[in-house]
Amino acid sequence: MKIRPVLFSFAAISAALFTGCGGDGDTKKIVIDGSSTVGPVSQAMAELYADVEKNVAVEVGISGTGGGFVKFIAKETQISDASRPVKEKEEASIKEAGFDFIEVPVCFDGLTVVINKENTFATSMTVAELKKIWEKGSAVTKWSDVREGWPAEDMTFFSPGSVSGTFDYFTEAICGESGNSRQEKTTFSEDDNVLVRGVESNKFSIGYFGFAYYVENKDRLTAVAVDGGSGPVVPTMETITNGTYSPLSRPIFIYVSTEAAKREEVAKFVEYYLDNAPSVAKEVGYVPFSDSTYALIKKRFADRVTGSVFRGAPAGTPIDQILTGSGTN
Amino acid sequence: MSLKSRKMVGIGATGVFMFATILAVLILVILIFEIVSSGYKDLDWKFITSPPSVLSAEKAGIWPALMGSIWLMALTAVISIPVGIGAAIYLEELTVKNKLTRIIEVNISNLAGVPSIVYGILGLGIFVRQFHMGRSVLAGALTMSLLILPVIIVSAREALKAVPDSIRQAAYGLGATKIQTIWHHVLPAAVPGIVTGIILALSRAVGETAPIAMIGALSYIHDAPKGVMSSFTALPLQIYNWISYPQKEFHEIAGAAILVLLILLLTMNSIAITIRQRFERNRQW
Repeated sequence: MKIRPVLFSFAAISAALFTGCGGDGDTKKIVIDGSSTVGPVSQAMAELYADVEKNVAVEVGISGTGGGFVKFIAKETQISDASRPVKEKEEASIKEAGFDFIEVPVCFDGLTVVINKENTFATSMTVAELKKIWEKGSAVTKWSDVREGWPAEDMTFFSPGSVSGTFDYFTEAICGESGNSRQEKTTFSEDDNVLVRGVESNKFSIGYFGFAYYVENKDRLTAVAVDGGSGPVVPTMETITNGTYSPLSRPIFIYVSTEAAKREEVAKFVEYYLDNAPSVAKEVGYVPFSDSTYALIKKRFADRVTGSVFRGAPAGTPIDQILTGSGTN
Repeated sequence: MSLKSRKMVGIGATGVFMFATILAVLILVILIFEIVSSGYKDLDWKFITSPPSVLSAEKAGIWPALMGSIWLMALTAVISIPVGIGAAIYLEELTVKNKLTRIIEVNISNLAGVPSIVYGILGLGIFVRQFHMGRSVLAGALTMSLLILPVIIVSAREALKAVPDSIRQAAYGLGATKIQTIWHHVLPAAVPGIVTGIILALSRAVGETAPIAMIGALSYIHDAPKGVMSSFTALPLQIYNWISYPQKEFHEIAGAAILVLLILLLTMNSIAITIRQRFERNRQW
């Protein structure tokens, strides 16, 4: 009979758990999910917004740009974080699900090519040389294969994993096609800190990842100046904002469901997001647009302009040009 | 082989085994030392009770994640314990051994070896999408229950099996029915073993990241869950999230969060030990 007290406490716990099991009461929920690159910006916004609007709970998940869109299409989220423009297929599925989206760029991320601190020769490279290194079936195994005169030392390669938007964007901007990447002797990791450590500990290695990770590890790595045709440019806040660091600076986005944008709290949150994007972007390691660009984006959202203008825009196109070019439909 | 050389072999073997033991313990000690030394300085009451932050590691805390983990664990326990023990009693005490029960047995043992991410996919498909539970604590707990049920059933069966048959015979001899025998004699005698299995299974559930990441528990949420339908995040996910940030300060507070998770697990294990000892003291065989 000694089992009875155990049973009794068990029943009490169950009852306590399930009573008043409803939901969150009056709090209105906004759910965001998607890219791990955009995630920190959205999380910061959610965090700040918690102090502004007490009865709106903003929740942020991270399941990758593609994974985010899957949930967006299933109407499980109202806003989708994306480190690349929406794909045609995804757009078709969204329309099929009976709603539309507003494309809202939030700031720049500068992809940074990095080399070991002790590497003093390869501090500047052209896009053609980067392509030679990173494209599918690349014959490059030694630095001397990249440029004559560089040492004949074996290289090691560190790349973000293939489901990340960073990988998509880099391969498209450098190798001409999203997903076109070398596989041999390359370490792929979804964890950018693994890439940082890899390049840091291998003298003749090369890798790439988001600007935020470079900023945090400036003293341990060297950023390669990239020559996109008009001379080598080192990634900095300035060169990314003014567009001279090209083609490796990319805008990152949130996609807002048109259905959800009708809800007052969602619209207000997106407006708050855009108002605070410049300061928050800097704080989490990204690069804000110029004020005039934010004005254009705010107007687009205010007018609820649907559709994607960024998909298909060549990497490195000035952002204002994309926004004003075919900006309406 | 002479006596001397045989003795030498014995001494050598003892040395090897002792080395293996010391190595295992040493690794554990180093691990705990690492965690404690990197985590203790960030661990204070504010860290426990604050919501997470991306803007400043100093302000960041683990309240929603800690409460999420506790909710997840409690709900998983409530769901999986009755089902698990019920299944074990049925298979061990009530049914006759035939082909069907053999098939069920083999399946349960196999399920215990299925990778946890597979349960995550199952949970996402069935609970989150099919039953429209969303990313709630309930969906998470049901998924975790699936994950740990095989472990609970197998260990509960072993515990029931270990109860001597003479106890059952004595109860029958005094006129007890089958259910009375199980309820008043077999089950109390098996409690220590059952509880050990449950706690080990629950500890596993608390430490698991893959299934809850799969069903889409959140990485940022400001409040602790308020009910079974609230969305949630859990400690392992919060730790994973912080480790992947670029800033080193977040890697350090991840250490503090690991320490909290460790304390949570050790607390659970000590509860298990206490319960086991209480029941064992009362055992009369």
